[in-house]
Amino acid sequence: MRADTGAQPARTPLADGLVAVVKRDCPTCRLVAPVLLELRASGAALTVYSQDDPGFPEGLEPVDDTDLDVSWALGVTTVPTLLRVEGGRVTGREEGWSRPRWEAFTAVAGLGADLPEHRPGCGSRTVEPAEAERLAVRYGAGRLTSRRVELGELEDEQEALFGRGWTDGMPVVAPTEARVLRMLEGTTRGPEELVAVVPPDLVPCTVEKVAVNAVLAGCRPEYLPVVLAAVEAACTDEFNMHGLLATTYFSGPVMVVNGPVAAAVGMNSGVNAFGQGNRANATIGRALQLVIRNVGGGRPGEVDRATLGNPGKYSFCFAEDEHGSPWEPLSVERGLPTGTSAVTLFAGEGVRAVVDQRSRHPESLARSFAACLRGVAHPKLALAFDALLVVSPEHARVFAEAGWSKARLRQELDELLTLPGDELVQGAAGIAEGLPAALAGTTLPKFRPGGLLIVHAGGTAGLFSAIIGGWVSGPSGSQPVTWEVRT
Amino acid sequence: MRVVLDPTSETSPVSRARASRPADLAGKVVGLLDISKPRGDVFLDRLAERLTARGARVERYRKPTFTKPAPADLRAEIAVHCEVVIEALAD
Repeated sequence: MRADTGAQPARTPLADGLVAVVKRDCPTCRLVAPVLLELRASGAALTVYSQDDPGFPEGLEPVDDTDLDVSWALGVTTVPTLLRVEGGRVTGREEGWSRPRWEAFTAVAGLGADLPEHRPGCGSRTVEPAEAERLAVRYGAGRLTSRRVELGELEDEQEALFGRGWTDGMPVVAPTEARVLRMLEGTTRGPEELVAVVPPDLVPCTVEKVAVNAVLAGCRPEYLPVVLAAVEAACTDEFNMHGLLATTYFSGPVMVVNGPVAAAVGMNSGVNAFGQGNRANATIGRALQLVIRNVGGGRPGEVDRATLGNPGKYSFCFAEDEHGSPWEPLSVERGLPTGTSAVTLFAGEGVRAVVDQRSRHPESLARSFAACLRGVAHPKLALAFDALLVVSPEHARVFAEAGWSKARLRQELDELLTLPGDELVQGAAGIAEGLPAALAGTTLPKFRPGGLLIVHAGGTAGLFSAIIGGWVSGPSGSQPVTWEVRT
Repeated sequence: MRVVLDPTSETSPVSRARASRPADLAGKVVGLLDISKPRGDVFLDRLAERLTARGARVERYRKPTFTKPAPADLRAEIAVHCEVVIEALAD
């Protein structure tokens, strides 16, 4: 709160000489007040700014900085701070009280003879949470170019945000200037930087717009780099977010996060990894979908023509359990160096279970996987849909104990999923759906090369794995995209 | 006063008047765009027959894949050569 003192607020440029920033509330500042008088008496040019009481310290005609404008501009985080200003620029800085350092800094000997030699300072008022936020908005909001929308006094905030069509059907966090600025602290990238051209409206999308939608989604600032990477990956020609959005099929973007960022932001790769209850999993995937909705203009019933959709279109995002995995992480298998944080996007539908509580040998368990994988999209369709196989810890242990690498499992699955065309053609098994009759007598792989992704996740109890079926695969549809998470 | 930032693209679409509906297709160039869905060609082959019988001149076009927007060159080619276009979804 600003004291009503009638003193002149601090607006003038910095005077050359010494500048001290203090507050009465700080015991160290009160301790050094006599030292500041000594400096003034020595003939040094000294200007004192007071953060809380323009009458403190007495006898030094302090400049009123209760608005903290000067303290903020000078980057003061501790009081007292003593600065040297030459030609209007700060050329030296001391924080707290230290007789030897202050004497060297000021070239005045014998300072504070009665004082202890050292005394640490106190926190500047600019770092008090409420003030820090007020100052961030005051000096940072000018960097934000999004249109400001004033909510009416009588409008319920949630209803106002729903009413403007900005949500996916669940409540969102109001994207205030302070929250968006705080979100932007999560990245080193500038708010004006272009991230991607977002379908379906093909709109150039800035870091700022991603941050606004990340706030809406409920993200913390440290999630923002993951959201940015996801937006970049989704908007590639390979991933084909446009088609994935527009399709009548069930699918939406499924996000697998690898590398140190997953643990750093608290993502879940274990118990209930696909489910509710983890903020990062829930909001990172949601932020991507809100960018598609709000920036790209992709809304259900408009360009999104899904016949049924799936609940994962709110958010489908989880981390791979790398620590407990016997295998290399998905991102490494897909070409990124070990230890690199990455997101992999997969155009996936719902989760289907693989139950096998009896297999203790990898050959048997691989056959179970293959039998279930054959059902992706339809047991009689081949080469048209990719799949993401999520192997749980108890199933992975069966392969690990037998020494099976991921490549070995994949090779086994490839062989088991080489299917006779006779079983796949239209009409076979009394089912009209199927492949063209000309393929009778041939053999066909269920998945195209690279069309089966394998990751490790889930709780340590349960002999269950999961299959997430894909959408139209390959260059004519969507290809999985792995994208490095930068800062 | 509560102020929030607009999360949308802040763009507003430009509305353009539709081309007027031709009274008659005789002598008109009609583009048939196959989006590459299965059996779209069956539907369009029949349409081509019927249109030709009515005196229209039919031009056939095809998108590389139904999952992506038509390439800009293809859209431009259709716009330059055709007076009417029919797009087939099928399946």
